[in-house]
Amino acid sequence: MTTKTKAKANARRTLALDILNHGALALVALLFLFPFFWMVSNAVRSNAEVLAIPVRILPAVFEWDNFAKAWTTLPFGRFFLNSVIISVSVTVITVLVSCLSGYAFARLKFPGRDKLLMAYLATLMVPGIMLIIPLFLIVNKLGMINTFQGVILPVAFGTFGSFLLRQFFLSIPLELEEAARIDGASRLRILISIIIPLSMPAIGLLSLFTFIAQWNNFLWPLIVMTGADNATLPVGLTLFQTQQTTAWNYIMAGATLSMIPGVILAVVLQKLIYNSISLNAGMGGR
Amino acid sequence: MANVTITDVVKNYGHLEVLHGVSASVADGEFVVLVGPSGCGKSTLLRMIAGLESISDGDIEIGDRVVNDLEPKERDIAMVFQSYALYPHMTVRANMAFSLKLARRSKDEIEQMVNRAAEILDLSTLLDRYPRQLSGGQRQRVAMGRAIVRNPQVFLFDEPLSNLDAKLRVQMRGEIKALHQRLGATMIYVTHDQMEAMTMGDRIVVMRAGVIEQIGTPLEIYDTPANSFVASFIGSPSVNLIDGVVQTQNNQLVLQADDGAIWPLPSNVNVKAGTPVQLGIRPEHIYLDPAGLPAEAFMIEPTGADTHVQLRVGKQLLIGVFRDRPDIALNATFHVRPDVSRAHVFDRVSGKRIGA
Repeated sequence: MTTKTKAKANARRTLALDILNHGALALVALLFLFPFFWMVSNAVRSNAEVLAIPVRILPAVFEWDNFAKAWTTLPFGRFFLNSVIISVSVTVITVLVSCLSGYAFARLKFPGRDKLLMAYLATLMVPGIMLIIPLFLIVNKLGMINTFQGVILPVAFGTFGSFLLRQFFLSIPLELEEAARIDGASRLRILISIIIPLSMPAIGLLSLFTFIAQWNNFLWPLIVMTGADNATLPVGLTLFQTQQTTAWNYIMAGATLSMIPGVILAVVLQKLIYNSISLNAGMGGR
Repeated sequence: MANVTITDVVKNYGHLEVLHGVSASVADGEFVVLVGPSGCGKSTLLRMIAGLESISDGDIEIGDRVVNDLEPKERDIAMVFQSYALYPHMTVRANMAFSLKLARRSKDEIEQMVNRAAEILDLSTLLDRYPRQLSGGQRQRVAMGRAIVRNPQVFLFDEPLSNLDAKLRVQMRGEIKALHQRLGATMIYVTHDQMEAMTMGDRIVVMRAGVIEQIGTPLEIYDTPANSFVASFIGSPSVNLIDGVVQTQNNQLVLQADDGAIWPLPSNVNVKAGTPVQLGIRPEHIYLDPAGLPAEAFMIEPTGADTHVQLRVGKQLLIGVFRDRPDIALNATFHVRPDVSRAHVFDRVSGKRIGA
């Protein structure tokens, strides 16, 4: 075989592999994207068409005002605000507490530190659902039923965040902290000025996970809060479901609207995480 | 500026003692180099002076204050780390200004001090860059800039040139030395590189296994090493050590080497016959001499200016350094003469220097 024909055969093989790879990736992407497409597609059709057989991929008539109707039929603005208050509060408290405890577990020396960490981590083995009743009893005893603090506080102190940040903090060169100590920084100042800015990838990730988990949290707000005015988005969406009928199109429109903040946050934090990773390329000055 | 006094300092990690009662003093404005092989405790001692490691026993004084229990920030010291430890998320300017901000200096004052330090270190055009945008040498200068803005009493350097390539290391060596001359500050510098120690220090502290082996000026240490370890550690290539026993021959003291060969000893050595000793001859004190001892070269390493020759005299393996390109062929016999008057004699058991 001449060199030219060899090169041609190689190029053909590369092209075939490329097509195969991209085809497989497209298939996986389709599997992930289809539920979102289906949600939006059902959000802009009439309820009769949602339930119609045969199923249509695209609506016959686009009913864009479903979004406005979903927003106004129920106090959707209120649901939204409740979800924002709860998700942002839980995220802020979780990040704050995780930063402090993660730093303590990573860098401070105190008796029983590692045993305490193990005990802390052991709580991860307890399924969250098992804690619902004891937590409810505690919240009830504290008179926090139907209050924001009742929804926020029990879920704002988790082990996962502390452990995640501890592991990340351990990867930051100790010399940076020593340099800061010599420069005159206290432990808290080191945490605020050196450790946290360098840990933005991990903090961004923790914020994203926590926010989305709380934004989608259904069971705990359902148990603690009562009444439409106190409902969060996932709880509020169920109000479109009555004994007689279910407004699937409004539920889908509401679900589409409720997705928006999470998507925006993911995009913003993704940028922040990437930027931080490139910044940390100079970690330790090396 | 201030002097530093280290008195009987001990460092334990649990049951393991790594510094065994070290004492040394650094005069005001002096440049002292702590040198020794890995694990000798030099960095630990520096970190104890900085306050980054606790002191198990003994005292460290900076100026006239015992600083044993003071936090690093209260010791009025600055430190340059091997990795530079620049804050990667801050610009050069912010890196240098960080300590001043913490000290609550005014904005104008901070700008003035940062600009002055940047000017000294030729960093003025780099102030708005991030550490990742700088070369190794520039990062090193920023690390020094961060130290000098604070105008501390003592500068501490922990192997600051180890991450640089050979050429840059030589250049930065000169820059640090020039900085010392310009600032007149007290500096303590840790290195494992004896060349850095020799060229930079006003005085050198040679350490091994948690003890100080010798303190002196570079030439004192080179010319009169206190023991065979110091003789081996300082000087490159390393000193030739010939094991043997002192004998009398024709009313003169000589060394009968373990291989049976007879080597002359320096005339000023005061040692009894029968004493087991080591004769130390530096490679640069071996000369070509047609009337000398027959030798055979088994490796020739030209460095350009000099030629390092690994040679065999009888059964003894030696290394010699000869200027330029000597007329020596591999595996061929030639003749050498060790300059015995500049040789060193050490007790073979204790390793201590014998005689002058």
